[in-house]
Amino acid sequence: MTRELVVTEVGPQALVVDRGRPGWAHIGVPPAGAVDGPAHALAQRLVGNPADAAGLEVLLGGLALRATAATTVALTGPPGGLWRHRVGAPDRALASHQPVHLLAGDVVTVPPPSTGLRGYLAVGGGITVDPVLGSRSADTLSGLGPPALEVGTRLPLGPPPPVPPVGTGAIGVSVAPDAAVLRLHLGPRADWVDGAAERLRAGTWTVAPTGDRVGVRLEGPPLARAAERRGVELRSEGLVGGAVQVPPDGQPVVFLADHPTTGGYPVVGVVDPAELAVFAQLRPGSSVRFSPVVGSPPGT
Amino acid sequence: MEVRPAGPEALLVDLDGLDQVAAVGSALRHALDRGRLPGIVDVVPAARTVLVTAPGDGAALRAVRTLLDDVDTTAVPDRDDAGTVELPVVYDGEDLPLVARDAGWSAAEVVTAHTGASLTVAFGGFAPGFAYLTGLPEPLQQPRLDTPRARIPAGSVGVAGEFGGVYPRTSPGGWRLIGRLTDDAPTLFDPDRDPPALLVPGTTVRFRDAGSA
Repeated sequence: MTRELVVTEVGPQALVVDRGRPGWAHIGVPPAGAVDGPAHALAQRLVGNPADAAGLEVLLGGLALRATAATTVALTGPPGGLWRHRVGAPDRALASHQPVHLLAGDVVTVPPPSTGLRGYLAVGGGITVDPVLGSRSADTLSGLGPPALEVGTRLPLGPPPPVPPVGTGAIGVSVAPDAAVLRLHLGPRADWVDGAAERLRAGTWTVAPTGDRVGVRLEGPPLARAAERRGVELRSEGLVGGAVQVPPDGQPVVFLADHPTTGGYPVVGVVDPAELAVFAQLRPGSSVRFSPVVGSPPGT
Repeated sequence: MEVRPAGPEALLVDLDGLDQVAAVGSALRHALDRGRLPGIVDVVPAARTVLVTAPGDGAALRAVRTLLDDVDTTAVPDRDDAGTVELPVVYDGEDLPLVARDAGWSAAEVVTAHTGASLTVAFGGFAPGFAYLTGLPEPLQQPRLDTPRARIPAGSVGVAGEFGGVYPRTSPGGWRLIGRLTDDAPTLFDPDRDPPALLVPGTTVRFRDAGSA
């Protein structure tokens, strides 16, 4: 029997993701991939998949899938659970962050999480839609990769992994603090912002409701242009994930997985890569503060 | 040359002009292609900068620093000879009258100048397959629109500042549009092709007047 998951209900957004397609920025291709990379990686590990397998990124739950063959799934991200519906048996609530076995015909539903934004559902064998430039990830900015899931979408699965699912080791839930304090490495254009380090250390920002996989906008005390840079245009330059860009209105934008590869506004700093996944889970209205770090260029 | 931090896993090399960008970008790309820069993920040349990214503790970027010390940015760079691409254009862009007015030309003179220019791909970016072309006649080097358009159709041919370009897919944008590629023009971006982008750095681009298709 064909190993598939069939989408029977879908919430605000559900996408196929993997580790993304880095290495193509020079031709304008965004990195894409799971916004909460550690949660995605953990889900793959829980079902015994290799690290490069593709799974699902589920924004605010609402997803239901029917398995056409027996398989194993695991949900990670914010703490929570999922439901398993089996014909002739009572519905069962099951915890996240552990492998869950499904029989052919079982339906699994992912309810909205009580905290955070994005859950990651891995399935044994991985989702095997055709890769584009080496990745199966959807890319909401450029349209590469598979489209967002809809009711009726059939997701092909690879053969069950040879190693049994593992549930041991460090099992971390994704943190979505109401008031995050994040390390921010100043540069490359901190000198374009008036008193960048002091203002970033002193301010508190609120996550705007318009955030998506491209970036999260923060609302708070405006970051003003340094006097000597007013009226000057920055020529577009390469961007990294976690870059905090300051547009003319002074309200910063933090770039996430589907970020454009270049941008024309100054980047005041870059969120520490180890802490960037927090932005995958911060709900609109959450508070963000920064702990600015002044460093010399890496590699020196 | 000034090297700036872009987080703990990237360097932004600040340069004085497109020739320097070409010299640094090409030196890094060649070293990368020959396996001499293990750990480097992206090399992204732009108008005055080259971004280099490498996850990890900075060891991979140390090799980049060493390589940068040896790049002669005063020499005229060896531009990669990436061949010539001819692109057929219908010159009916919405901003053609504006571009003609600001150039002090007739629309026909804009077309003659644009088709007569030999343009070169300096670098890519913005969207998959988008290439920044240098070599525009000076009167066609015009500012962006004050208000960007929300939707520019795929194939639109435009100018902005020192650059010319073609939008590979429908997207927002602020370039002044003078025309559009014909339906039978070569595909600018195809992820199943190697390389996926038609216009890679060093490619010579000539536009041809396809009449009113």
